[in-house]
Amino acid sequence: MTITEDRPDTAAPDAEIGKARRRKEDQRLITGRTRWTDNLTVPGMLHLAMVRSPFAHANITSINTDEAKAASGVIDVITGEDIKDVQGVNANAWPITTDQVTPTHLPVAVSRVACAGEIVAVVVARTPAEARDAAELVDVDYEELPAVLDLKEAAADTVIAHPDLGTNKCAFWKLDSAEQGSGGDVEAAIAKARTDGIVIEREYRQQRLIPAFMEPRSVLVDPTGEQMIVWSSTQVPHILRFLIAATMGIPESKIRVIAPDVGGGFGGKLQTTPEEFATIAISRRLGKPCKYTETRSESLLSGHHGRDQWQKLTLSAEKDGTVTGLKVDLLADMGAYVAIVGGGVPVLGAWMFNSIYKFPAYQFNCQTVLTNKTWVDAYRGAGRPEATFAIERIMDELAAELGRDPIEVREQNWITHEEFPFTTVAGMTYDSGNYEAATAKAKELFGYDELRAEQQQRRDSHDPVQLGIGVSTFTEMCGLAPSRILGQLNYGAGGWEHASIRMLATGKVEVLTGSSAHGQGHETAWSQIVADRLGVAFEDVEVLHGDTQIAHRGMDTYGSRSLVVGGEAVVRAADKVIAKAKVFAAHLLEASEDDLEFKAGRFEVKGTDKGLAIGEVALAAFAGHNLPDGAEPSIDADATYDPVNFSFPHGTHLCAMEVDTETGATTMRKYVCVDDIGTIINPLIVEGQIHGGLVQGIAQALWEGAEYDENGTLVTGSFVDYTLPTAADTINYVSDHTVSPSTTNTLGTKGVGEAGTIASTPAVVNAIVDAIRSFGVNDVLMPCTPERVWKAILTGSAKPAEGEREAAPHFDDGAPNQDNPDTSASTQGGAQ
Amino acid sequence: MIPATFDYLAPTSVADAIAALEEHGDEAKVLAGGQSLLPILRMRLNAPGVVIDLGKISELQGVTEDGDDLVIGAMTTYFDVLASDAVSTHAALLNKAIATVADPQIRHRGTIGGALVHADPAGDVGAPALALGASFVIAGPGGATRTVAADDFFEDLFQTAVGEGELLTQIRVPKHTGWGAHYEKFVRVSHQWSIVGIAATVRSEGGAIAEARVGLTNMGSTPLRAKAVEEALVGQPATDEAVRAAVAQVADGTNPPSDLNGDSDYRKHLATVLTRRAVLAAAGA
Ligand SMILES: Cc1cc2nc3c(=O)[nH]c(=O)nc-3n(C[C@H](O)[C@H](O)[C@H](O)COP(=O)(O)OP(=O)(O)OC[C@H]3O[C@@H](n4cnc5c(N)ncnc54)[C@H](O)[C@@H]3O)c2cc1C
Repeated sequence: MTITEDRPDTAAPDAEIGKARRRKEDQRLITGRTRWTDNLTVPGMLHLAMVRSPFAHANITSINTDEAKAASGVIDVITGEDIKDVQGVNANAWPITTDQVTPTHLPVAVSRVACAGEIVAVVVARTPAEARDAAELVDVDYEELPAVLDLKEAAADTVIAHPDLGTNKCAFWKLDSAEQGSGGDVEAAIAKARTDGIVIEREYRQQRLIPAFMEPRSVLVDPTGEQMIVWSSTQVPHILRFLIAATMGIPESKIRVIAPDVGGGFGGKLQTTPEEFATIAISRRLGKPCKYTETRSESLLSGHHGRDQWQKLTLSAEKDGTVTGLKVDLLADMGAYVAIVGGGVPVLGAWMFNSIYKFPAYQFNCQTVLTNKTWVDAYRGAGRPEATFAIERIMDELAAELGRDPIEVREQNWITHEEFPFTTVAGMTYDSGNYEAATAKAKELFGYDELRAEQQQRRDSHDPVQLGIGVSTFTEMCGLAPSRILGQLNYGAGGWEHASIRMLATGKVEVLTGSSAHGQGHETAWSQIVADRLGVAFEDVEVLHGDTQIAHRGMDTYGSRSLVVGGEAVVRAADKVIAKAKVFAAHLLEASEDDLEFKAGRFEVKGTDKGLAIGEVALAAFAGHNLPDGAEPSIDADATYDPVNFSFPHGTHLCAMEVDTETGATTMRKYVCVDDIGTIINPLIVEGQIHGGLVQGIAQALWEGAEYDENGTLVTGSFVDYTLPTAADTINYVSDHTVSPSTTNTLGTKGVGEAGTIASTPAVVNAIVDAIRSFGVNDVLMPCTPERVWKAILTGSAKPAEGEREAAPHFDDGAPNQDNPDTSASTQGGAQ
Repeated sequence: MIPATFDYLAPTSVADAIAALEEHGDEAKVLAGGQSLLPILRMRLNAPGVVIDLGKISELQGVTEDGDDLVIGAMTTYFDVLASDAVSTHAALLNKAIATVADPQIRHRGTIGGALVHADPAGDVGAPALALGASFVIAGPGGATRTVAADDFFEDLFQTAVGEGELLTQIRVPKHTGWGAHYEKFVRVSHQWSIVGIAATVRSEGGAIAEARVGLTNMGSTPLRAKAVEEALVGQPATDEAVRAAVAQVADGTNPPSDLNGDSDYRKHLATVLTRRAVLAAAGA
């Protein structure tokens, strides 16, 4: 592979690809003067408020809506019973096994709730305030049922999350390298290492996280007219349209879904939500447009959560540090329902635990489990951060066991750059990469040797502030996904992407993409690609997306797929435009097609100064006065691209953490990442994706965690207790690149949307553990709070407890100067 | 996040505000900067029928000097307290503590009086006010005013000497001119309330600590003052060793909470470490 040492420079000096353009969408997104769903108003629009269950598991014994119905401005109060035949279901699109136990997930619960926050009734009123006031008046009687909250307890099946299903065990999924012929027998490798090598066994906890996108979810449904219009703050307008049709019995052709500007998602908006289905059902029932916008508390409680696994790893190695086998046993919490790709998320880890290494034997076992907590699905990285965390943590443990440098031990086991394309023990073929180059560059930028020396000096002098260095060399698979592979995995759809290019008469260009952005900057990047490809000005390209009536085909945005799959579709559509235009140009220039050359937006007759710009061809096609024989008067083109393979970005991340051993407080000293994401279209967008990704991954290591109390109440239900970092909590990250162009797409791009999140978490935890390993510590549970770090130092504990489950009351309701509101004696049926 | 309906009043004098409180009784709630009250209303933890906004009462705003005291109007925003030279000069501890409260937006809205009456034990203003021996001027029905000493002001979690129908109008802070000060706030993320906070202010004489005041944030249901530690510090050199010994018992008798950020024992440990650091920093060591 070729490595460009510096930032990629593309062929032409004025090429758009590689230019650090500011994003054209930012002005409207940042000022908020744009079409967020909640900004939209249609005539006669009504507002909804949800009444949600305060209990984790309960039968609904009665719902009295009389008082709420009589309240000011209330049009109706609707229960699950009222719409049970027309509300559709929240579907699971990826049953990971044919015998997966999948509870039915009704948008509005009818007789039983299986997690706190489930909707039990919906108030429809003239204003949002009246809807919310009346929601407090809905009187719901519940009969509480035993709830199962702890993942390991759930796996033991003593208390059942859905009694009618008889078990919490949802599905068991296995990959074994010996069985599938991609490697050796892991049990044999482990047995051998127990006699003459090294066996490392560790159990890691992936805590539950909340995606916490900036714009709360919002949906507006207008049922009038031939096509019902659903505006939703969603990542997946096309999938939503399909699932509305499939589960609500509405013809697909009668549905138009629009994702207007969407304020972030991180996977949290790839769900088709109960709120969307309830709003559709109710607006159809009333024949009136209805809008629902969630509160922040509802968003944290009822939007799907992410991660939540116990991971048991057994790694076998020879005494010289060569790994001989890896066995992984996962317990993955699905929450109360199997979300759209719920079970598939941990399974995506199956191909990633072996990461960048040449392990000869490998086994991956995943048991998905139901509990009475909020459902779990994809969250930035989806399965790959979990896998990367565990393998990168245990590679450090191996190095510690050997008393060797963790980078050296990794290098001993990783795929070298001469070995690409490389088929791994999990059966994936990695396209390209150069781990040596990325690591060398990262070490240099980091000042690795100097920091190691400082670490030793602090250790020797018993400095109360110890220094640790964390390494994370990661790879990930992105660009979901070859449809053939998805079919083999029993996934409910394909992984292609669609693009159309419309050449307007005035020389302007409209690009329609099926991968619907929610803040990533597609409009800018796609414009750059098309400007280069067609030789038109960046400003002349308009990118349209997120409306099924405009960009009618698509598979939407997740899994770092937009550029590698959606971008490739755009490239192919552009190439088809050029091919069509060439016929026109030859005709108009009275030359043979073979004598034409397309360069910088012009068809030129070789060796002459005769030529036509593509815009001129577009005008000629529009006029249609002088068409080539048999040609249609259009040079517009479509392309649907199904990827042949995933792409495999990689990188080396190095993190230095200072640990105050007196308090357990941790401070980031330095963070360097060198990512290889193939060809870079826009370095500024890439930088943004990496920085944001890093902060999200670092936040998992240090700050974030969704915590429930023993009643199944989410105690981190606001940003007071769900401690998201702000810019004030971050340092300046050093990021750089090596470039090994992908071999699976024309532009040579790989995904970058998730890289930072996937790589950074283990780098941080490895650094903390490295700082205090001399106290006998070999793990700290995430988030690594100062308390946990301090207790680990005190006890040298390998198995820290999860700790307290209560949040501090800053806005307490029982306090004397905040007397309780005089709500009626409703059975806690209050809205959130 | 929509509060229940309420009526809104904005009186322009303390007398009018008191009269409004009298008229509406426990239906009414006083609004200062709203940084605690608005979340409470929006989360519907409380639903007063009448909100009485103190924002238009100019006599409640600003910092003045009155002999040996600084007089801070209850409605003075954090930002204005921070900007006051008088506070930096004569009550540096207050300045240091308030600089750690939340973020700039909240400091521009939140008021010192609102924070003291709200009396969140994790709030950062109570401990320094206590340590500095502030007294609190409270106006009541019929134009009555009374002054409550710091030691009697904080009664319990979210509960102070300010009774129903009363308003906190002034905070009187005895000048601590020339005292070194430090507020050691321990948090996980920057915009958080104190997990533990230590307010320390020290008068040094010839390299030794002549007088010290130490207040504790979030070590019980109210801010606390560590009088035994203050006494133990008198006459000590500002060295790590001497201060470590003098503050060793700081957590004795405290009853800090246990929550997601740490259990009670961890907080007690933190208090010991942070008090040493705060005192040394206040002494300029
Ligand atoms: C995100 C966030 C982070 C925060 N972080 C911190 C932090 O790190 N440290 C910290 O100390 N605080 C923090 N706070 C709280 C902040 O300091 C509040 O501003 C303060 O607690 C209340 O002051 P206020 O002026 O906003 O009062 P309000 O919210 O208006 O009122 C608070 C209470 O006091 C009553 N009240 C107000 N003034 C009077 C008066 N003059 N007489 C009688 N009763 C009165 C009100 O009726 C109400 O019950 C934070 C708040 C938020 C929203």
